[in-house]
Amino acid sequence: MTTSREITRDGLWGNNVALVQLLGLCPLLAVTSTVVNGIGLGIATLITLVLSNTIVSLIRGFVRKEVRLPVFVLIIASVVTIIELSMQALFYDLYLVLGIFIPLIVTNCAIIGRAEGFASRNPVGPAALDGLMMGLGFLVVLALLGALREIIGFGTLFANAELMFGDGAQTLTIEFNEDYPGFLLAVLPPGAFFGLALLIVIKNWLDLRPQEKQEIIEPVPETV
Amino acid sequence: MIAISRRQILISGIFLWLFAVAGTTLVALTEYSSREAIIENERQVLLRNLYALLPRDKLDNDIAEDILELPASPLLGTDAASIVYRARLAGEPVAAIFNSIAPNGYNGKIHLLVGIYSNGKLAGVRVVKHAETPGLGDAVEVRKSPWIKSFDSKSLTNPDPSGWRVKRDGGEFDQFTGATITPRAVVTAVRNTLLYYQQNADMIFN
Repeated sequence: MTTSREITRDGLWGNNVALVQLLGLCPLLAVTSTVVNGIGLGIATLITLVLSNTIVSLIRGFVRKEVRLPVFVLIIASVVTIIELSMQALFYDLYLVLGIFIPLIVTNCAIIGRAEGFASRNPVGPAALDGLMMGLGFLVVLALLGALREIIGFGTLFANAELMFGDGAQTLTIEFNEDYPGFLLAVLPPGAFFGLALLIVIKNWLDLRPQEKQEIIEPVPETV
Repeated sequence: MIAISRRQILISGIFLWLFAVAGTTLVALTEYSSREAIIENERQVLLRNLYALLPRDKLDNDIAEDILELPASPLLGTDAASIVYRARLAGEPVAAIFNSIAPNGYNGKIHLLVGIYSNGKLAGVRVVKHAETPGLGDAVEVRKSPWIKSFDSKSLTNPDPSGWRVKRDGGEFDQFTGATITPRAVVTAVRNTLLYYQQNADMIFN
């Protein structure tokens, strides 16, 4: 039995979707040109993960193993479509920015990975918590990468926050230097790869530092 | 292969079918309950774009509804029918706002809204959709640079035809540092839209 503590630690750090499992890279690299975009996609992915894990866990008793994968795919696709429609109804401006990436959540292997690997073998409580923590871990990386690229690329932070949080949030935008010329590389796709690589380096460095004397077992990333 | 009995196949099939029905029902219900809000949102965004080109006090009709479908035209850059919005004040034509396309952007098509007053002067131009390079070509967006406003109140006679080019090509419009193709495409598309209006003005306001 996995404890809540282990689930939390795995999701946020030890088995982080973006930094260790390296799943969902397509949306991760594509949308993180600003913090707000990153958080937007992060929240959508988080909700998808919690809902799909919960539903998969609820039906785990009577799903026949021959058809479980198509059933999981059906559940995930339905959840994502519902989120997409709700977003169009509630946050239309954000939808205009993230629109094309929302359907891509269906193809985020992290979600079917958690459904198959965790939710289908555990009770509802832990499964939902796993979805929440895996989703949070992904969200934090998206936000960090977005922040990194936005600061270096545009010299701002929280630009367009009003798209997500309403007009009051316009004051959230921080502009560090009026005359900042921008650094294009950080905004373009290569910047996303460099940024993610940097975050992975930092994570591994933090992991290795306190236990230099111990034997280190490399985590085996699942390949896609 | 593990042998699976016919009965098991049937049960699995029905199970999968039930899930497909349940999933589709949920999606359909959500679509049904969010449809009106989504249509209203799209309309608000459209009105916001249109009113960015034409001050509200210059028209009194419902511009989003007073539309005409135009057949595909090389001057508008369209290869399918497109919509023109018509602004009127007390029934008199004020301006027409075209959906035109610059087909030769650096990264594919650039979708424009081009507002033209009935006297042939430009009310304004806005880019509604594009895939130009961030930080270079995306200066055609009004929130990145005021460049797109350099079209305001221009017409086919101001500047004269030889001036309807970017400066590098000997015309009057600025290009961007490091990006000439994008503004060149937009300038050409705006000029072509003006030509289209000149040739079809009567038809547009019937």
